[in-house]
Amino acid sequence: MSTTTPTSVAETGRAGTGTAPATPGAADRSASEIADLARSVTGSASLDDTAWRRYLHGLPGVDKVGADGRAAALSTRSIKTTSKAWALDTIIRMVDLTTLEGADTPGKVRALAAKAVRPEPADPTCPSAAAVCVYNDLVPVAVEALAGTGVKVAAVSTAFPSGRASRAVRLADTRDAVEAGADEIDMVIDRGAFLSGRYSQVYEDIVAVREECRANGRHAHLKVILETGELATYDNVRRASWLAMLAGADFIKTSTGKISPAATLPVTIVMLEAVRDFRALTGVPIGVKPAGGIRTSKDAIKYLVAVNETAGADWLDPDWFRFGASSLLNDVLMQRNKLATGTYWGPDYVTVD
Amino acid sequence: MARTTKALTTTRTAPERLGVRKTYKLYVGGKFPRSESGRTYEVTDAKGRFLANVAQGSRKDAREAVVAARAAQATWAGATAYNRGQVLYRVAEMLEGRREQFVAEVAAGEGLPVRQAELAVSEAIDRWVWYAGWTDKVAQVAGSANPVAGPYFNLSSPEPTGVVVVLAPQRSSLLGLVSTIVPPLVTGNSVIVVASERRPIPAVTLSEVLATSDVPGGVVNVLTGFTKELAPPLASHLDVNAIDLAGAVGAEGVTWGEVEAAAADSVKRVLRPAPGRRGEDAEPDWTEAPRPQRILAFTETKTVWHPKGV
Repeated sequence: MSTTTPTSVAETGRAGTGTAPATPGAADRSASEIADLARSVTGSASLDDTAWRRYLHGLPGVDKVGADGRAAALSTRSIKTTSKAWALDTIIRMVDLTTLEGADTPGKVRALAAKAVRPEPADPTCPSAAAVCVYNDLVPVAVEALAGTGVKVAAVSTAFPSGRASRAVRLADTRDAVEAGADEIDMVIDRGAFLSGRYSQVYEDIVAVREECRANGRHAHLKVILETGELATYDNVRRASWLAMLAGADFIKTSTGKISPAATLPVTIVMLEAVRDFRALTGVPIGVKPAGGIRTSKDAIKYLVAVNETAGADWLDPDWFRFGASSLLNDVLMQRNKLATGTYWGPDYVTVD
Repeated sequence: MARTTKALTTTRTAPERLGVRKTYKLYVGGKFPRSESGRTYEVTDAKGRFLANVAQGSRKDAREAVVAARAAQATWAGATAYNRGQVLYRVAEMLEGRREQFVAEVAAGEGLPVRQAELAVSEAIDRWVWYAGWTDKVAQVAGSANPVAGPYFNLSSPEPTGVVVVLAPQRSSLLGLVSTIVPPLVTGNSVIVVASERRPIPAVTLSEVLATSDVPGGVVNVLTGFTKELAPPLASHLDVNAIDLAGAVGAEGVTWGEVEAAAADSVKRVLRPAPGRRGEDAEPDWTEAPRPQRILAFTETKTVWHPKGV
């Protein structure tokens, strides 16, 4: 079975507390606490490439056939009527409404912000989306449009989507977004370094970006994008997840949405297993965000089923699970209206984003 | 020795073939899916003898068909009128190639003598050709250059309405079907047809013809099942632009008035059934000569102003 707890970790590490995920504030750990935890989990004082390789390659392998089969089995659950209504509203609350185009304009970001606050203007019971996700330079526009609404502003930093820039540039990029008022930073890992085994470099990158998120009394949430489509194997996804979590990520995110394949259900299940095991081991809950390629309510509901069955119901909350999507919201709104009125809706009745 | 002789005799007689039975399916988006509901129902010939098990479409199949039709519509409308004419004419060629099959199916389903069934099939194919010829003529006949006060050209031309639902006639299983589905196709609409509930087999065969023709997948979608189950969700669907109520006449458990009422919320274009010879609720005589008005029922008039360069 693919869902085995990494026993080698459980034996060497501390016992999990088994409590519900704490609030983001309580989960906030200092840099030294994170480093101590990484040293104790890996069993190495130096945290160099050799230590990381020994630890990450010691994680149990993922049974690919098992993971795919598990995802396919979870996809067959039928979610109807009141459960479906709950699921649709939960999905809306979990959506990071995203626009990451070269052609983005301040006007488009403002329109998207308005939609995130009131996805269905005619229906006051419709919840707001979780966040609006934009490129760095549009953060001020989004911050202004969303002030006082409770909808967060997420910025994709660190030379998104490729991440191919020096650490200084990537940190400056992050600083720029944090100072502009971004609540959440979506960083990309250096896949080249990860795939060539320079794990300590990836670790130090994440640690440095995390410091930047918390500089000058600011407190931006850090989401680490693994870009699973470029990691090639599920084993690598599991390793990258653990590396990111040990480096202090608040969220681990599947993909940038710029390369195919983006988020898939099996990959998300592997990551959900990682956060479940990480909490069992350290007591620290980490969020998961699949992004890219989730376009229909039906797909999104499959992810919710997987969250509940893999990580547990604690994760069915916008603080711990998000969808990075742009067209998903329209489909959810159409389904929501279908449930409310009994009439099938069409794309002419929702906004063109 | 005796045993060998016996074996030889058995091989000499032709073995009885196992029947190759056909599974009748829906035609949605260029594919042949089973009904999402997994249901089928029995279709009998005019004398009540079993003919086939046919897919019993559900409202979810209807929803899928609307998605497919919407996706295909822009491409079909974007093809040149001349090209649409060629594509439709080729369908007529292929219908001609399947003539014997259609004659047998129409004769069985409608209980007609073979001679009359042949006439009905010929009429249906001829009608297809007749409508195919209209594709590049309809704008000239129905469009106009309007006189206006000012130095402008003012031009009106018919454009396709969009996604059209056709409730196919209940009695005339091929001629009626062709007479109702081709007119909206001429101008570039995509069509979802709810086949006659008791005589659906020619519609299924037509979908096989369309699948191998040059009509893009999704432009024609064929649903079999009960009109009373399929018509209301399609009529109220906000992404359907027009509905032809021909098949609501004589369908069990539903009247065309109810379907029209369901279509009212979304201000759809509705084509009411023409009154038949034997009164309001009888089917019209589909052998009457076709008229282009049926094409124009599913068009919108677009008018543009253009300055006259002086």
